[in-house]
Amino acid sequence: MVKLPEPRSGESPYLRVKDLRVRFDTEDGVVRAVDGVSFSVERGRTLGIVGESGSGKSVTSLAILGLHNAKRAAISGEISVGGRQLVGMPEEEVRRLRGRDMAMIFQDPLSALHPYYTVGRQIAEAYRVHHPRAGKREARGRAVDMLGRVGIPQPGKRFDQYPHEFSGGMRQRAMIAMALVNDPDLLIADEPTTALDVTVQAQILDLLEDLQGEFRSAIILITHDLGVVSQVADDVLVMYGGRAVEHGSVEQVLRRPQHPYTWGLLSSVPSLHGDADADLVPIKGNPPSLINLPSGCAFHPRCRYADRNGDRSRTEVPELRPAGEAGHLVACHLPADERTRLYQQDIAQVGVAQ
Amino acid sequence: MTEPLLKVRGLTKHFPVRDGFRARGAVRAVDGLDFDVRPGETLGLVGESGCGKTTTGRMLVRLLDATSGSIEFDGRDITHARRAQLRPLRQDLQIIFQDPYASLNPRHTVGRIVAMPLQVNGINPPGGIKKRVQELLELVGLNPEHYNRYPHEFSGGQRQRIGIARALALRPKLIVADEPVSALDVSIQAQVINLLRDLQRDLDLAFVFIAHDLAVVRHFCHRVAVMYLGKIVEIGDRDDIYQRPQHPYTRALLSAIPDVTTLGPAGRIRLAGDVPTPLNPPSGCRFRTRCWKAQDRCATEEPPLITRDGGGQLTACHFPETGTISQDSGPVGATAEEVSK
Repeated sequence: MVKLPEPRSGESPYLRVKDLRVRFDTEDGVVRAVDGVSFSVERGRTLGIVGESGSGKSVTSLAILGLHNAKRAAISGEISVGGRQLVGMPEEEVRRLRGRDMAMIFQDPLSALHPYYTVGRQIAEAYRVHHPRAGKREARGRAVDMLGRVGIPQPGKRFDQYPHEFSGGMRQRAMIAMALVNDPDLLIADEPTTALDVTVQAQILDLLEDLQGEFRSAIILITHDLGVVSQVADDVLVMYGGRAVEHGSVEQVLRRPQHPYTWGLLSSVPSLHGDADADLVPIKGNPPSLINLPSGCAFHPRCRYADRNGDRSRTEVPELRPAGEAGHLVACHLPADERTRLYQQDIAQVGVAQ
Repeated sequence: MTEPLLKVRGLTKHFPVRDGFRARGAVRAVDGLDFDVRPGETLGLVGESGCGKTTTGRMLVRLLDATSGSIEFDGRDITHARRAQLRPLRQDLQIIFQDPYASLNPRHTVGRIVAMPLQVNGINPPGGIKKRVQELLELVGLNPEHYNRYPHEFSGGQRQRIGIARALALRPKLIVADEPVSALDVSIQAQVINLLRDLQRDLDLAFVFIAHDLAVVRHFCHRVAVMYLGKIVEIGDRDDIYQRPQHPYTRALLSAIPDVTTLGPAGRIRLAGDVPTPLNPPSGCRFRTRCWKAQDRCATEEPPLITRDGGGQLTACHFPETGTISQDSGPVGATAEEVSK
């Protein structure tokens, strides 16, 4: 049984995911996109989910929002949002929650916004769907207000413009305005800044943080960029091959990482500081196929330390267990003192880990 | 000092914008670049989207024709060289593309893809083409036995290696690499960066390395040119650019990068707004609309790209910054409050 980190304050977490599994049956075989993942997010806190393509991070977020096609995906486990159990909830009821209590910001605002309707109309529509008694004028006022709050100049004029008239950063702001128009308690941002330039990314990350202070929503930030996570996340979940391999506070996971995969990520990323001439230490090989996941620890074919446990890494799936500090969990067969020693010896001097 | 391998002067590319048949101005994608690349040297071309870095790369290998200016490669002016004149030149000047999915013909085997440059140029290496191709595959870390496989059988990182093998087939002197790692996952990205670094050192290749990721550029390049709206705003040795940047834009760019070494939002320079359209760039200094130091002079007079201390670091700014960026506390100089004014 996986133990969740205890919530820091007295209140119970707004989102609680327990042993979530998402499976797709395809012609080539069964894809286990998410394979037993548990975490929770409190109001006012940000959880960063990190992983490479195919690690299951986006599938997890779509499952929380109930956006998987029920005919294609088999979902099991528990997803509780504000005390309501989402897995198995009728579609009609999920729809009432989605957009009102939980909302999503997508990676590519150009494909997430409808090119045929004005930006303002789309935001107003999101409001009216959940406020059936609101009139057109009220919805417009609300949308203009939101556009202003996400930092779009001349919101009244911008309301009547189409997505193509917005720049990339402005479109992402409009997406955020749409997601926040109903004051959701849970906001899921899937790579919200990946398509943006760094100076604009910095603006959007600041904006998300300001808005969180204002709305006190729980935020899940899905990204492959460890730098982004280090700026905005309170807690971090590292995923690999559909499973959680490390979980803890941002300080624990990025400063005292325990899993060899997390080490690999940190030593792969070139840094702005430190020795620019030192070689990076990449993770050898490629991410695994989710149809044919390696036995035992899914990371073992790429792990430099897989042989240190005899056959264990190959035969036994490691559970997520306490890594020492309170709230820090890791799924690795290496003994704790061995992990500390290897980290100091091999990793601590390389890439952004230094 | 060695003669530069690549000499670019006043390089300009304007894309005409038509309104029906009438010309309606031009997108000034690249507007007067001057830079040199010496043999065996790597120059990083960095900037945000729309700054003209990709257009520049394409002009260098003559996939696009320059509107004006000149490109001199290995002592020859290639700005207007014709197809037939270009062919021998292509042996020395190769390109690696960003998207490893779109830049390989899906109907050709890897062997055929990598052999193509040799065949097109009528080169028959000792031991035959197949042997040379297998050597190349091995050089970039692929299994030579995969000669007969098709691109779809490879992962993104492996495909990028195929593109690199193809670029190396003719033993070029200069490779233009356009965002060669930005489409790859981080763990794979590091593999490809290390590969390019090894090849650069072992084969003494010169690179023009186009990227938006300044941390990647820092790990690969000897010199760095920072572009903004079609112009170079600052160029210099790597350590000068990263430790003692003089142009406010360079400082802002460096400061905007979320770095894992700092947790939480650090004291950063925040630029307001977006990059203006290159259709109608601001007068004077193009960065002035987002610059916190801008004054009247910046709107009327375009700052020349000149050295401040007689060294190799050139900056196009009327009010350049001085001082070193401290290693841990972010940039010295402007604070967030100053910027928001």
